Amino acid sequence: MKKVMTGFIAIVLVSILILVTINRLNLSQGYSGADTLTVFNWGEYIDMDLVSQFEDETGITVIYETFDSNEAMLTKIQQGGTTYDIAVPSEYMIEKMLEEDLLIPLEHEKLPNLDNIDGRFMDLPFDIGNQYSVPYFWGTVGILFNPELLPDKTFTSWDDLWDPDLENGILLIDGAREVIGMGLNSLGYSLNDTDREHLGEALEKLNQLTPNVKAIVGDENKLLMANNEAAVSLAWSGDARDIMWENEALTYVVPEEGSNLWFDNMVIPKTADNIEGAHAFINFMLDAEIAALNTEYVSYSTPNQAALPLLPAEMVEDERFYPSAELTERLEVYENLGREMLGLYNELFLQFKMHRN
Amino acid sequence: MQAKVSPAAKIFLMVVILILYAPIFYLVIYSFNSGGSMSGFEGFTLDWYRELLGDTRLLIIVLNTLVIALLSALFATIFGTLGAIWIYNLRRGKNTIIGLNNVLMVSPDVIIGASFLILFTIAGIRLGFYSVLLSHIAFSIPIVVLMVLPKLSEMNPTLIDAAKDLGATRWGVLTKVIIPYITPGIFAGFFMALTYSLDDFAVTFFVTGNGFSTLSIEIYSMARQGISLHINALSTLLFFFTLILVGIYYIISQRGGIRLGGLRR
Amino acid sequence: MNKKVIRNLYMAPYAVWILIFVVAPILLLLYYSFFDIHGEFSLINYQRFFTPVYLKLTLSSFWYAALITLISLLISYPTAYFLSKTKHKQLWLLLIIVPSWVNLLLKAYAFIGIFGAYGAANNFLEWIGIGSRQLLFTDFSFVFVAVYIFVPFMILPIFNAINGLNPALIDASNDLGASKSTTFRRVILPLTFEGVKTGCQVVFIPALSLFMITRLIAGNRVITLGTAIEQHFLVTQDWGMGSTIAIFLILIMFVIIRLTGFRKRGA
Repeated sequence: MKKVMTGFIAIVLVSILILVTINRLNLSQGYSGADTLTVFNWGEYIDMDLVSQFEDETGITVIYETFDSNEAMLTKIQQGGTTYDIAVPSEYMIEKMLEEDLLIPLEHEKLPNLDNIDGRFMDLPFDIGNQYSVPYFWGTVGILFNPELLPDKTFTSWDDLWDPDLENGILLIDGAREVIGMGLNSLGYSLNDTDREHLGEALEKLNQLTPNVKAIVGDENKLLMANNEAAVSLAWSGDARDIMWENEALTYVVPEEGSNLWFDNMVIPKTADNIEGAHAFINFMLDAEIAALNTEYVSYSTPNQAALPLLPAEMVEDERFYPSAELTERLEVYENLGREMLGLYNELFLQFKMHRN
Repeated sequence: MQAKVSPAAKIFLMVVILILYAPIFYLVIYSFNSGGSMSGFEGFTLDWYRELLGDTRLLIIVLNTLVIALLSALFATIFGTLGAIWIYNLRRGKNTIIGLNNVLMVSPDVIIGASFLILFTIAGIRLGFYSVLLSHIAFSIPIVVLMVLPKLSEMNPTLIDAAKDLGATRWGVLTKVIIPYITPGIFAGFFMALTYSLDDFAVTFFVTGNGFSTLSIEIYSMARQGISLHINALSTLLFFFTLILVGIYYIISQRGGIRLGGLRR
Repeated sequence: MNKKVIRNLYMAPYAVWILIFVVAPILLLLYYSFFDIHGEFSLINYQRFFTPVYLKLTLSSFWYAALITLISLLISYPTAYFLSKTKHKQLWLLLIIVPSWVNLLLKAYAFIGIFGAYGAANNFLEWIGIGSRQLLFTDFSFVFVAVYIFVPFMILPIFNAINGLNPALIDASNDLGASKSTTFRRVILPLTFEGVKTGCQVVFIPALSLFMITRLIAGNRVITLGTAIEQHFLVTQDWGMGSTIAIFLILIMFVIIRLTGFRKRGA
């Protein structure tokens, strides 16, 4: 009994000590202040120095919280309980959030810097007139590969992945829309196809890819590609850009049949408390200079046209990440297919994962 | 039981411990990598450690993580031990209660997180420190119960009867007979609860809010952009800090006669 | 009566915990499991569970969980046994628990590095002359890492059981002329059975619903019920189907508890 009690008391004392320290630190950081703004974003998806600059300029204290998937973020915002003033969902999630009435319309007169955004990325089907969202970063889905490991291979088409020489050599992304979409695209169908027959054909075709698939992974594909663990990977352009800094042998291509065009966007969810501050934050991030600095930090493609001249030329002239208008034509944005179709996509993806030759 | 340990046994133990520490050594080594990631060691640097200095936000997160782990493990141990004693004394329905006890262990974190979130919002509990603490207590209780129960069932019931015959009160039986006997189980439960709490990502993610964050949340949400090596540096520091604590604790307990798991009889 | 209530007050926090954090969520799950994707009452989810896809999933979850439990046991029992014979056993025991406090995702990333084509494991294989091979994204690496995660959970209860043995019993057995192996089989093993059972439960039950490492280490070549539930809750947002699978998992767990049932008090 004595030793149990000793342990008990020791833990209580240590905990009190830690709690007091946390309290002190929080006070010194001003986190208990009145004028706060809670930003809900992906981890490491903003230059924190810019956040500090925003705090200095406006006197607002920013609380930065992070999520690891759109869906997880949605659940948190649906349930409420936290005051998120800004969130950064991907485009298909915006449609869903609109359906569920989770977003607050933006007051454009408070966002003069909105003019900096390239017209190509405004007024898209998921949010006509940008009433609710402002693009933050954008990109594509394509093939990341290592020409040094595959000297006599070229990748221009999705079909190149079905090459028998690539046995057990390809990494795929753990996303139903991306993988099934790849199957659909390679057959010449749209990424947003809802025809069950077409989807069946796509599954059939994907099942033939099984021998070539090394693994279906998530964010780890960056580590794996950087380590030359695989020579080819399906990848988001943002990730591809990151890994290419890491492993300079790699290159990225968007297949000619077309692919997905994605956006991450700033929105103000219904949970917002500081709507005024949220607009100030969005406008701040849209500023050409700020956007340029943020782009250099994050390294994804920026939709901010005014920021482009401020960025290193080799970055913005890189057609792999800032594709020509002609290629952009062939890219499709995901549409919200509805729950039933999404369910079907996932079921097919599950079948594909469990398929063994 | 203090028999000689054969060399083969020693080698076996060493191999097990070596494997348990292998990934940690890997993390430690890469915390000194001047290249930006856990691939390809480029050169030695202390930059990642330097980056940690003055990062108050990260320090708060580390402290949050520690205090949640300690307090949740403590409460889970208390409630779980009492629960185990209750289960032990039950005459009927033991297996049903144990089944209910284990539900949270078999449920994937996502379900636990989502259902706790629903519970908290229904109850109107503000998401943050307390909701996270409550959840961690909740999902750590079953492991404590499971660690304490076998010690209870090993206990000879005549022990309790004897104490009662000698005029011990119920409180006396609990503190003088039962608890000393099951102490190793209690400590095991506490340490496992600590493990559960420190490892948890999914449940914490759902039930946290209003700026409260833990290390796991920070690490998991970094995955999309690649985990920065200053997390390796941080883990290295925490790891060696823990090892030092273990050492100090051990020396004190050797001197003071307080033993962790081993009730030598 | 009143006195009895007060006497039983000690179990109140635990009972409250069961009601709020176990029974309430189960009821919630049960409720959701009767709604299809459109939010209409239906039994379709239960029908879907009995389609080949999900049955196959259940079987493979069982197979891997059993394998992981068995291997964990084979490693943990001798470890716990030898540990209990070392001089500073408490220190060694703590040293075995400490690695489990380092973040799991970080350790998983470390394993990706170690098992990689150019990683330490392959260098070792090369060095002992076996030659390098694909380790990552195989059943081997998946089971290895799962066992790695669970071993401390298995060692603790077994260690406590062995360490709690009355040495007089072993001496008695030896005095009566039993050989070492007989003593082990007839005395030590039966007396530590409770610890072994607990160890198996705390490994097998969570192993059924392992998910993260199925992707990180097994590259989604292994899919468990946990993965499927996670997908339904997060990606498809089909909480009905997710809940249904969860209900089955819980049922399976109850069956296991019944089978390995608790022995009568003092037996």
